[in-house]
Amino acid sequence: MEKTTSIMIVGVGGQGSLLASKLLGNLLTDEGYDVKVSEVHGMSQRGGSVVTYVRYGEKVYSPIVTEGECDYIISFEKLEAARYASCLRKGGRIIVNTQQIDPMPVITGSAEYPENVLEELKNQGFQIDDFDALAPAMEAGSAKAVNIVLMGHFAAHTSIPKEKWMAALEKTVPAKFLEMNKKAFCLGYGE
Amino acid sequence: MKKLLIGNEAVAWGLYNGGLSVISSYPGTPSTEITEFLAKHDDIHTEWAPNEKVACETAFGASLAGVRSACAMKHVGLNVAADPLFTLSYTGVTGGMVICVADDPAMHSSQNEQDSRHYAIAAKVPMLEPADSAEAYEFAKSAFELSEQYDTPVILRMCTRIAHSQCVVDIGEREGTPRKEYVKQPAKYIMMPGYAKVRHPLVEQRTENLRAMAENCAYNRIEDRGSEIGIITSGCSYLYVKEVFGDSVSILKIGMPNPLPEKKIREFAAKVKKLYIIEELDPVIENHVRSLGIACTGKTLFSAIGEFSQQTIREAFRKEGVDFGESPEKQGEAPKVPGRPPMMCAGCPHRGMFYTLAKNHITVLGDIGCYTLGAVAPLNALDSTLCMGASVSGIHGFNLGMNGEAEKKTVAVIGDSTFMHSGMTGLVNIAYNATNSTVIILDNSITGMTGHQQNPTTGYNIKGDPAAKVDLEALCKALGIRRVRVVDPYNLKECEAAVKEELAAEEPSVIISRRPCVLLKYVKAKTPLKVDAEKCRACKRCMGLGCPAISMKNGKARIDTTLCVGCGVCEQLCPFGAIGEV
Repeated sequence: MEKTTSIMIVGVGGQGSLLASKLLGNLLTDEGYDVKVSEVHGMSQRGGSVVTYVRYGEKVYSPIVTEGECDYIISFEKLEAARYASCLRKGGRIIVNTQQIDPMPVITGSAEYPENVLEELKNQGFQIDDFDALAPAMEAGSAKAVNIVLMGHFAAHTSIPKEKWMAALEKTVPAKFLEMNKKAFCLGYGE
Repeated sequence: MKKLLIGNEAVAWGLYNGGLSVISSYPGTPSTEITEFLAKHDDIHTEWAPNEKVACETAFGASLAGVRSACAMKHVGLNVAADPLFTLSYTGVTGGMVICVADDPAMHSSQNEQDSRHYAIAAKVPMLEPADSAEAYEFAKSAFELSEQYDTPVILRMCTRIAHSQCVVDIGEREGTPRKEYVKQPAKYIMMPGYAKVRHPLVEQRTENLRAMAENCAYNRIEDRGSEIGIITSGCSYLYVKEVFGDSVSILKIGMPNPLPEKKIREFAAKVKKLYIIEELDPVIENHVRSLGIACTGKTLFSAIGEFSQQTIREAFRKEGVDFGESPEKQGEAPKVPGRPPMMCAGCPHRGMFYTLAKNHITVLGDIGCYTLGAVAPLNALDSTLCMGASVSGIHGFNLGMNGEAEKKTVAVIGDSTFMHSGMTGLVNIAYNATNSTVIILDNSITGMTGHQQNPTTGYNIKGDPAAKVDLEALCKALGIRRVRVVDPYNLKECEAAVKEELAAEEPSVIISRRPCVLLKYVKAKTPLKVDAEKCRACKRCMGLGCPAISMKNGKARIDTTLCVGCGVCEQLCPFGAIGEV
């Protein structure tokens, strides 16, 4: 049986991880995979740390991803990439937006933001693909398009052709935001 | 039609295709989307009720009228609806009736971790428990037939992981079910002692009939793999077991946790050398298995606390010395990083009032909603949060217990929707039994935490159409409170004056702190504010608000303009005039 691929989309509540997982879910279902997606709703969305799991393969049972199982962590924020790093399997990859969003303990001064957290992870042997997704999102037309820039960047790592991603994007995003999101996706993809 | 659906949307489709006519619910994570998805259909009636008891009784009335009905709620909502539930068990139904309840193991968005299966056992009604969206669809659809066949309401138990996980569901067509003719049946529907005494034996007989059905029904299924160990499991625990063992162990998968079968369990137990029970929360299946005199391992290995995962299963069986193949190998350990708890949004209208209360060292009895986040640092404004409405009832008791000493420095805070849900009766008690209590209604014109549902104070119904709007000021006065005033929580001076005056007053009062939730689409953000670094003296007064848009950078306050909505509360606090539109 083909191995299940596990992805985690992590970030801060309100950054648009639900749309990103919806895009992935639609794409992978169209590709004929068995797919499971697990989301977070409710209180934790209020600026808290949020994680969405996406798993696909021939037959997927569990909707969640635990330690050492994750093939790709797609992180909307630096600190959040580090928080879930132990879920990454040996040889897995972290794709991370270098944006920094201070959590409340940092704002109130009871904790410090670990500025070099990605360097530390790299030194430990983690494969990290870090880049600024905010600037391309702004270029596409909105800071809110960070999610789609990241998905575009992730898409370049997969074997699924770009046209299929674009078709899934059309299916997922409301028509009036489609052009902006297509641009954001292409900027993330590296074109 | 095959679609990727979250469990709640699958339940909605199951109920709809099963012939649902009326659903009445109160929002509550993780159950809310069931009713939201159903509201997209115009050929059925959907509504947000003021609370779960009203919702359940509305569904009862619709069933009595002869149509298929449902209500949906979170686990603690079933506590509110428990009163009708226990007697609905006696009356049974005319049109099929389904009570959807969603538990929240690990308390992602709840105040406790109660296990709803106890309600099914206590009320003696059948309960179905799916493991994923595909089953959620099938179980919801078939629950109506089960309900009508056995003359009972049926509880459909979801949990957070199933409610909010997606898998592909094959959605069929809607089966129209005609309304049954209404016939007056006093002996079935009037539950006074004479009639109820006749109904109770029928309930006991029904449980026996259901148990006989449970022995052979498709809800409970044995996957015989000839293994030495056997696992009895249900809900999402089944998925975790399958993730770890695949098809290598024998499993009895329970889809109907009440009533549980006996013969089927004995038959399964006889096939294996060692029996494990894997169920989240309480040992419901385990206790039943033990009551049959069958040895098993359950809660000594699998905790009654929190959620499980495939990792939980692996770790437990590693301890047991059971082989399950390879374990995942991780790249490395995650570094220790600061937590990121949820918090009130930038521009949240609750913040100004909480700042005022914290600044004046007021004791605050809190309630359920976004404003529970007033409890976290740096505001630390709350003293208690128990359940829906407990702030208003609680302050009355607190003031009695403190023998009047606390009346001048204690308030209750409650949201608009929560006040409608169960704050009103507490307020009646304050007026009627006369404590000098001060209640603040945090009216943000929406049910916020669950994702913006309309309620009786907003003037709109579930479909967004105009509806009768409760006048909170008039309501509070009608309940017996003479001092009722409205303040704008963005205006700190006004908040402070109101709080001080109403606490000083020699009679009960209500302050309505009114401003719509900043996340509502019609609320337009104002120009973000900036800090003039020249004028900032780093006094950190603005930091006391706990606004996520404000931080200290290089020894000066700084406002993140992508988050700031220009509410102006921090501007009012700055003694040096350093904050403003630049």
